[in-house]
Formats: sequence, structure tokens, C-alpha cells
Amino acid sequence: MLRDAWLMAVKDLRIEFATRVVTGQILPFGALVLILFGFSISPDLTVVGTDRRSMLAQAAPGLFWVTVLLAALLALGRAFAVESADGNLDALKMAGLDPAGIFLGKVAAVAVQLLLLEVVLGLGAFLLYATPLHDPVMLLTTVILATAGITAAGTLYAALASGLRVRDTLVPLLVLPVLAPVLLAAGLATQAAVFGSADNGWLWTALLGVFALIYLAVGMLAFGLIMEES
Amino acid sequence: MTATSSKVTRVIGYSALAFTALALLFGLVISGPEVNMRDSVRLLYVHVPSILTAYLCFGITLVGSVIYLRNRSTFWDLVAGSAAEVGTLYLAFALITGAVWGKPTWGTYWEWDPRLTSTAVMFIMYLGYLALRRMELPHEVRSRRAAVLGVVNIINVIVVHYSVQWWRGLHQGRTFGLDPQIRDMQYFSWFLGTVALGLIAAWLIIHRFRVGWLERQLDEIHLEEALVERRGEGV
Repeated sequence: MLRDAWLMAVKDLRIEFATRVVTGQILPFGALVLILFGFSISPDLTVVGTDRRSMLAQAAPGLFWVTVLLAALLALGRAFAVESADGNLDALKMAGLDPAGIFLGKVAAVAVQLLLLEVVLGLGAFLLYATPLHDPVMLLTTVILATAGITAAGTLYAALASGLRVRDTLVPLLVLPVLAPVLLAAGLATQAAVFGSADNGWLWTALLGVFALIYLAVGMLAFGLIMEES
Repeated sequence: MTATSSKVTRVIGYSALAFTALALLFGLVISGPEVNMRDSVRLLYVHVPSILTAYLCFGITLVGSVIYLRNRSTFWDLVAGSAAEVGTLYLAFALITGAVWGKPTWGTYWEWDPRLTSTAVMFIMYLGYLALRRMELPHEVRSRRAAVLGVVNIINVIVVHYSVQWWRGLHQGRTFGLDPQIRDMQYFSWFLGTVALGLIAAWLIIHRFRVGWLERQLDEIHLEEALVERRGEGV
């Protein structure tokens, strides 16, 4: 199973390396969203009681994760768009790949791409919104666990909505409500990590870890059922 | 089967009408206002039953989905789908009546109350489930995916419920701490509302199921006709 996962992940990353959709299209889109947030929330507004911190800096953790979710939707759609042509999923199945392995491989490939996006968008958020950084270890843990959760749940749902029609509009409707807890937990943990606020950020990272484990397990169990046909 | 009504559904339908009339009479005329909430307590006679019925419907969807994944019968697929449709309708009704109730009670239509927030997310999840059921895919494929989602959705609902509760719990206390002084007549009105809304849900689910069943038959007839036509071309 792990060997199949490795094969799938390497295949997807090779496709990405050759086509540069994530770095050439999704990344600039994410950067644009960060800039648009700057337009929609005036940079001159400050938050009372936070030593004149700007509203934009205060909202930065949440804005960053919303941006990541939007970019993740595109990356997930892409992960299945490359399989929908010519009955590729059938071919994978006939090649004898374990469905759980295919699932894990997809998750790993999207996770690698998403981590890259998060690093660049995170730097963008720090520069554009002038956010401080209090606890880098907590931030790193949050990013890794949130990415695992987003890609695990996201891959499962993108697979449910994959097919030749409707897919583009159905994926966000299915994926975003499920990822609401990730947005909550990652936003609050990031807030704790950058501002050192009183909230216990580690509790939220623990929730992210539990979320990732649940959806990795569900995905591995359910992927065979989803892939039975095409 | 050609019609969607039968003796059973007619009995359920007339009982639903009778109980609705009784619920209106007791809820609006006979029972009195509550101490804190005054007349807005009357909304709870439909709000609480509709959310309970919605949960019951999603429970039926879960059971139908699990059984479908075991035996792949059209029957259970349609049961799951019909119950989800009616459940989503009831959830929408509960959200609307909740908002109308919230205005006089909390002063706002919407509060970021944990239950309210997670219910709204749950509502959107089931809209997604219904959208998946309308995807243009072969029957078996769509039914199987819907069944997987019907099961996984319950996990989502639980995860969202607890994370939202935790979120609000860490930031502020309970949004409202009303201590309702519900009395006998009010309980009875609430009971009547529950029975009425439950009967209406049963009536709707059965009819929706039968419409779904007829749709499937129609699809098969079309397929047969197309096959005959093709064979005719070959001769």
C-alpha cells in the first residue's frame, strides 16, 4: 500500500513539475487573494487595546487560512482533473493499485504542493499584513497538521465529486463545510503562535491532529468504495 | 405502482392535517405566554419539533446509506435520499424559526451561538449531499457515492459540533441563560406540534420515495426503448 502511495505521489508531482499549474497559476491566485483582503480591510484601521495593532494584522491568521483553503480547492480540483480524462482511475485500478494507496498518494502529492503554497503565502502575509511571530514551533506544527487535515478530507470529498460534469462547482460545496473545523482550529492556533495570546494554541493543534487522523482513516476505508466504478 | 398516494399515506395525511389544526389551536389560542419569552415561546412549538424531526431524518439517511452499502438495493438508496431531502427542508425551517425567535429574545436574528453555528454548517453539508445526488452519473455510481457521503456526513456533523462548541466555549460563556418556565399547556402544545410535524415528514418522505421509485422506472423504460430502437436500426 505504501509503495502504491509513493508511486501515485511521485506521478502527481512529476505531472505538476512538467505543467507548473500550482506554482504558475494557483500560487499567484493566492497572492492576489492576500492583496484583495488588504483592499477590503483598510490597512489604517487599528484594533483597540492591542497597542495600535492594525486590524489587518489582527485578522491575518484567519485571512491566511481562508486564502489557503481557496488555493487548496484549486489544487484538489486539479488532483482529480488529471485523472478524469480517458478513464484514468479505471486504469489505475486495473493496474492493481491498492485504493488506500491511491488515496494516500493523492493526499501526499497535494500536501507537498499545499505546503509550498503555505510557505510562500505565509511569507506574503507576514510582509503585507506586518504580523509579529511569537512561537515559530507552534506555527510550524499548526501548518503541518492543518495541511494533513485539509488534504485528507479534501481528497476524499474531491473524489466523491469527481467525474466529467458538475465537478468544478460541487467540490467547494462539499469540501468547505467539512474543513470549517480546520479553519477554526488553525486560525486560533496561528493566532496564539503569532501574537502569543492567552488562548491555548497547543489544544487547537491537537484538534488539528485528531481531525487529520480521522479523515486519513475514513479516506483509506472509503476510497475503495468510491473507486469501485467510474 | 403508478400513483404516489395509497391508503396508508391518506391516513397519515389526514392525521397530519388534524394534528396541525390542533397544534395551531393549542399553540396560538389555548396556551398562554411564557414568563421570560412571552409570546415568542410559541415559535418553539414548531422550532424544536422541526429540528428533532430533521435529526431523525438524517438518522434514517445514515441507516439507509449503511444498508445500501451492504446490499446495494434501490429501495434503501431512495429511502436515504428522500429522508435527507425532507430533513434538509426541516433544518431550513428550524433555522428560519430560530432566527425569528432570536430577534425578540436575543435582540438579533443571528448569534454566534455554538448550536446555531454548527446547525448552519450542517445544513450546508446536507445541501452538498443533495447536490451530489443530482450529479449526472450512472445510478449505481451516484447511489454508492451518496451512500458514502451519507455515512461520512455524520462524522462531519459530530466533528463540527464539538469544534464549534469548543471555540465558543473558550471565548465566551453561554450566549443566553434563559430558564424557561414551560407549563402543562405549553408542553402539550409542543407535543402536538411534534406529532403534526412528524406526521407531515412521514407523509413527505413516503411520497418523495415513491416519486423517486417512479423516476427510476421511467429511466428503465427509456433505456428499453432506446435499446429496441437500436436493434431496429441494425436489422
